[in-house]
Amino acid sequence: MIHSLFLINCSGDIFLEKHWKSVVSQSVCDYFFEAQEKAVDVENVPPVISTPHHYLISIYRDKIFFVSVIQTEVPPLFVIEFLHRVADTFQDYFGECSETAIKDNVVIVYELLEEMLDNGFPLATESNILKELIKPPTILRSVVNSITGSSNVGETLPTGQLSNIPWRRAGVKYTNNEAYFDVIEEIDAIIDKSGSTVFAEIQGVIDSCIKLSGMPDLSLSFMNPRLLDDVSFHPCIRFKRWESERVLSFIPPDGNFRLISYRVSSQNLVAIPVYVKHMISFKENSSSGRFDVTIGPKQNMGKTVEGVVMTVHMPKAVLNMNLTASQGSYTFDPVTKVLTWDVGKITPQKLPNLKGIVNLQSGAPKPEENPSLNIQFKIQQLAISGLKVNRLDMYGEKYKPFKGVKYLTKAGKFQVRT
Amino acid sequence: MKPMQKLLQLPASAVNLVRFPPGAAGEDAKSPVLPAEGGQQSWYSALQADELRLLKAPEQQPAPDNSAGANRTQPLRHDDLKEMLDSNKDSLKLEAMKRIVAMIARGKNASDLFPAVVKNVACKNIEVKKLVYVYLVRYAEEQQDLALLSISTFQRGLKDPNQLIRASALRVLSSIRVPIIVPIMMLAIKEAASDMSPYVRKTAAHAIPKLYSLDSDQKDQLIEVIEKLLADKTTLVAGSVVMAFEEVCPERIDLIHKNYRKLCNLLIDVEEWGQVVIINMLTRYARTQFLSPNQNESLLEENAEKAFYGSDEEDAKDDKTETASLVKRKPYVMDPDHRLLLRNTKPLLQSRNAAVVMAVAQLYFHLAPKAEVGVIAKALVRLLRSHSEVQYVVLQNVATMSIKRRGMFEPYLKSFYIRSTDPTQIKILKLEVLTNLANETNISTILREFQTYIRSMDKDFVAATIQAIGRCATNIGKVRDTCLNGLVQLLSNRDELVVAESVVVIKKLLQMQPSQHSEIIKHMAKLTDNIQVPMARASILWLIGEYCEHVPKIAPDVLRKMAKSFTNEEDIVKLQVINLAAKLYLTNSKQSKLLTQYVLNLAKYDQNYDIRDRARFIRQLIVPTEKSGALNKYAKKLFLAQKPAPILESSFKDRDHFQLGSLSHLLNAKAVGYQELPDWPDEAPDPSVRNVEVPEWTKCTSREKRKEKVEKPFYSDSEGESGPTESADSEPESVSESESESGSGTESGSGSGSEEEEEESGDQSEEEEKEKKKKKKKKEKELPRKASLESMGSSPSEEEEEGKKAKKKKPQHDRKGGSESSSEEGSVSESSSSESDSGSDAEDSQLETETKRRKMPPSSKPAPKAAKKGTKEISLLDLDDFTPPPPLPTSSSSLVSSSLVTDLEGLTLIDTSLASTVISPVFSSVKTYELLHRMTGEGLSVEYYFSRQPFAPDPHMVAVQIQFSNNTDSEVKNVRISEPKLLSGMRVQEFKEIESLAPGETTSVVMGIDFCDSTQAANFQLCTHTRQFYGAIQPPVGELMAPVFMSENEFKKEQEQLLRMGVGKLTGMSEITEKLTLPETCQSDHTIVQRVTSAANVSRVPCGADNEYRFAAKTVTSGSLVLITLEKKEGALAQLTVNSEKMVIGTMLVKDIIQALTQ
Repeated sequence: MIHSLFLINCSGDIFLEKHWKSVVSQSVCDYFFEAQEKAVDVENVPPVISTPHHYLISIYRDKIFFVSVIQTEVPPLFVIEFLHRVADTFQDYFGECSETAIKDNVVIVYELLEEMLDNGFPLATESNILKELIKPPTILRSVVNSITGSSNVGETLPTGQLSNIPWRRAGVKYTNNEAYFDVIEEIDAIIDKSGSTVFAEIQGVIDSCIKLSGMPDLSLSFMNPRLLDDVSFHPCIRFKRWESERVLSFIPPDGNFRLISYRVSSQNLVAIPVYVKHMISFKENSSSGRFDVTIGPKQNMGKTVEGVVMTVHMPKAVLNMNLTASQGSYTFDPVTKVLTWDVGKITPQKLPNLKGIVNLQSGAPKPEENPSLNIQFKIQQLAISGLKVNRLDMYGEKYKPFKGVKYLTKAGKFQVRT
Repeated sequence: MKPMQKLLQLPASAVNLVRFPPGAAGEDAKSPVLPAEGGQQSWYSALQADELRLLKAPEQQPAPDNSAGANRTQPLRHDDLKEMLDSNKDSLKLEAMKRIVAMIARGKNASDLFPAVVKNVACKNIEVKKLVYVYLVRYAEEQQDLALLSISTFQRGLKDPNQLIRASALRVLSSIRVPIIVPIMMLAIKEAASDMSPYVRKTAAHAIPKLYSLDSDQKDQLIEVIEKLLADKTTLVAGSVVMAFEEVCPERIDLIHKNYRKLCNLLIDVEEWGQVVIINMLTRYARTQFLSPNQNESLLEENAEKAFYGSDEEDAKDDKTETASLVKRKPYVMDPDHRLLLRNTKPLLQSRNAAVVMAVAQLYFHLAPKAEVGVIAKALVRLLRSHSEVQYVVLQNVATMSIKRRGMFEPYLKSFYIRSTDPTQIKILKLEVLTNLANETNISTILREFQTYIRSMDKDFVAATIQAIGRCATNIGKVRDTCLNGLVQLLSNRDELVVAESVVVIKKLLQMQPSQHSEIIKHMAKLTDNIQVPMARASILWLIGEYCEHVPKIAPDVLRKMAKSFTNEEDIVKLQVINLAAKLYLTNSKQSKLLTQYVLNLAKYDQNYDIRDRARFIRQLIVPTEKSGALNKYAKKLFLAQKPAPILESSFKDRDHFQLGSLSHLLNAKAVGYQELPDWPDEAPDPSVRNVEVPEWTKCTSREKRKEKVEKPFYSDSEGESGPTESADSEPESVSESESESGSGTESGSGSGSEEEEEESGDQSEEEEKEKKKKKKKKEKELPRKASLESMGSSPSEEEEEGKKAKKKKPQHDRKGGSESSSEEGSVSESSSSESDSGSDAEDSQLETETKRRKMPPSSKPAPKAAKKGTKEISLLDLDDFTPPPPLPTSSSSLVSSSLVTDLEGLTLIDTSLASTVISPVFSSVKTYELLHRMTGEGLSVEYYFSRQPFAPDPHMVAVQIQFSNNTDSEVKNVRISEPKLLSGMRVQEFKEIESLAPGETTSVVMGIDFCDSTQAANFQLCTHTRQFYGAIQPPVGELMAPVFMSENEFKKEQEQLLRMGVGKLTGMSEITEKLTLPETCQSDHTIVQRVTSAANVSRVPCGADNEYRFAAKTVTSGSLVLITLEKKEGALAQLTVNSEKMVIGTMLVKDIIQALTQ
């Protein structure tokens, strides 16, 4: 299926190549560069490119293009999903999926790629198995390795590959047994000019950090599971149990993983925690405009809205901006035309405001469209959908684990049209 | 042995090629690639470093010459690396390998290091070894001869006791693309395909496409391997083998038949990548094997499409009225296998893997009845939150789907709204979907959205939006004027691109009703002064030419202006100028005659021959000369004919002839290796091809048939035992022994693990069984041979035979395996002790235990060696090669059991319902009882029958298959059982609540009832969301038992025992005898057996005499034996005897059987 993989950085250098079948020349990437040039913007490079003899399927992650070479029919999502899994694995191993991290750990990267695909077909993609095969680098281990000459390839054979619970490694031991769940919800919304909500829905995930010894069998129940409209599961979850009892029952992988992601659909009413008052105008036949934005809290369930950041892609004609912020600080990048206003916390007593003058290129026509405002914010200890974890039970092990649940609401793709 | 011989020659030639010194060559001539003679264990370690240096010496010199710049810059470093690789220290080797791998990763040539690297292939250090593998796989193709030197290491690895080492050896061996080793690979794959370890078998499946790509002549042999692996029952193998199937022989759909149901049932437990491949393959399979679920609607669909804007409700109404007229056609009934596929893939919509979700979505789109496709929309919309590449692919597919099934995505309209931060390619796709979804009810919202988009800064996107508006306007008449006005306003936009795009779209719209819009045409005529975009100019000119009668004054003036600038125009514009001139000449020759001639003259000398041609042609056509013939008269008709308005269509229309989710669909062109999605067949192919040889106990009638065929040869056997029921000839303990050993039983706990264990232990018991058979045949022959035979047991041909037998045998395990625990060691020892019961002599049994002990996984090597000494065997094969399989990780099994049981429960439910509905031969004769009539149940009708399957969650319960059909017009919700009123001791295992039952739908569930061996009815309330009904299930006595397998001897022994017990109390208490006359219709063996088995759930006991029939069963609750003997006397007379300690059951049973026989 997947013939070869090339990693390309933003300046167009191929800094890693791996072939699972016969070798494909680097020159195949020229087709990719061509498409990249045509697309102008990195995110507009088509993920699938057809060349005379091959097909190139690529993803763009963390300033790296993962370009895979395909020769025959294959579901494109299969390849895309796999490439993202590769990037996730790098992230997991090296803390970041950057060019330097990959170059520094090129041998581990190669070993990983070797294990993840066999003849182009995915073999081991579960991080727990991979970590059994190839230990992730740590500072301590690299020091020890250099002294003792031992390696980061697992000495024991990976039994996880053979088990029926491939996501969990055997023989896990912890002195402190802990299980943490983060319920993170993101609000996706489009607010129109007048402040009414065009579209809003909640995307949630439960990220877990499970450090439990042995083979714990957990079941997590919710106070109001019916809220979860559309759920996708980690493979460890028993689907039947969820169908019948609306309980998440699973033997967890070891470490960090995403248990479920869910959607609370737009049919439900979604509370919008902030409102934005805006006044952006450009005068006809003059090279300036006015900019005035105020952010205030709304339906925030008595919690503080914090970490508020507003980013605006200003029209190309904008030359510079002279603004004053009543709170926080702002920056305007005259090259990319991006205005960023880091607001911080919103206090209802004194609403943060940013206003001032926009300078346009002289002679340029007045921009037709006002830019839309992208808002980010965070609300701690609140799941905006109202989802609540009821209890966590553990079976199969004798010890008593420490359990914790954290809630967080964030803005997802939260956009205000002006 | 041909390939073997070939192999033996290999190393010599390889060695010659690297020019070994004579001495070394001599030494090596003895070391064949296959270390069959046992010696020459580690060939490489035997070689001294000096010799290896010689080996690479010839390579060193040409190196700088043939490898280019990369090498020349760092020749020193390479020497350096070679030295490090030659050193004895692993750490230095590792360092060198790491540097080499880094070079490979950067795409630098490191091929000249090949000899130095390859000799480390047998290095003890795992990481060095792995890196050498990486190197080898990369460069073996370029240095084929040298690569051969490494083969022996892998061949040794293939025989390693550790399954992981076997697997990795096979993996690397098969990855080396050296054509000369094809026979070795073939051999290795064949062997690995029958390996004990599913992991090795999985690797074998992976190796198949590798070999195929290397040498496609091996196809036939590979297909055999694939066929064999397809029959594998482990989830680990399933995905990989289907992938191999898809790459090697996707056209051999016939290989799937027998495995279809198994694949469907395994699907949810297969790893995610395998799921994708299997689902895609099954989609194609289903298209060839089942009938279209929408066949009755296909006619309607066409109608619906004509009524383009008809909302779905209207369609539904149409459906109703028209289906009435279609009733004459054969009603469509979905094949249960088709349903099975749909049902088992549905949960996968919840997968975290976008590829799996997409695979299920396309399966539903291509296979599901129209009414059910809707479920996929939600999952697809969820994917829109994912990475932008995923969004891109999903949106492409949604765009195609939304044309055919608009209603499906309508509720999610807002999810396709566009954000200014979306990449342009995503925006355009979303726009496409929004346009496809537009209908009369939502058009106003959509247009309002579009209005915001038009002001976007992204001009490509704006242009696409204008196109979209145009499409909405043509499709939805109501909004045409609004759209047109909006577009006209855009004509004054500052951006030329926007204006141009608007012009093009307006032109198309105007064509629909030109007469009303002469104002707009006039307005556009003015634009010719400003607009420079050629396409737009051309559009305006065409428009004016076409409707010059509506704008009689302006048209000639436009032509005048264009004639002036003619030479500077683009080609496309020039053509339209000629066009306009011609049309004007025909309608208004007075004003435009000269202009036209001027334009035509200009065109005559144009650089573009297309334009010259056009000018010449038009001149002849419109300007009458003596030469121009009749055509001239029709010039006006030709030019000013009524032209049909263009239909603005989505570029995604009809893309669904490609399988959705495929690369070909995305590219809208056939990709290499794309398998066409076949059209539905008109006639359904025979569904029975999917029937698997179903285990006997589920299939009484067919069992009988088969047995009758088999019986004779077995009876001729000295001991009069029959093969299939062989294990029954030992004591009951031994029956349970084989069960517990097989560790199976759907509920023995270890969750999905049970499969694997089953597999492993299945192998064991097979071999054991086989062994027994041999023992009987060659009892007096020398013992040593036996062991060797046994150790050879894994050779492919034999394995196959065993596989078949395993199939026959397995049911017994499954049947009763339930309550047994699966501790391996315990069961093995137990088995060895009980083995000898069947009357074989002591020596035999001793041997038995020995061989068994050798198999015993945990006791590892020493045991077999000891055994060898004990019996002084002379083995044909090196016994070291035969080592027990390492124990499987069973640690999880006991821990997870409790919760996994519930999972398994679900699985078995599926199985049972499948078996009961699908395997028609048995159940056609099964009697169905009514629980709730359609009338009393207000449209809900409920029927039940006894499926005769073991009820997995509780072996003491009788499984009752209940079938609900909803005959109402509305959904019935929350169907469940409540308040069972039971006699003391009776228990009911309720089925899972049925959340909803759509109108016309039928569903079936299984519930378990423990009747306490009485025929008292179980009473309960059957609740729906609105009502409650009273229901009662009363079992016929024959259903209170489960079949037992035993031999004739055993049967007699048991019978005696029962009688003796009876003597102790009252004679006759445990035996009921009745005489009867068999009717004419019931004389043949076949009918008798069939009637008895249909009256009671018993199994036949093989029996020597012709005129006797014996059956045995155990009551489900208490497990007391029920033995039935039917003796045919002279004429039609017969005598029926039933032995059972449960007198009541016996009496009732006699009555029932007589009734069944004499009816």
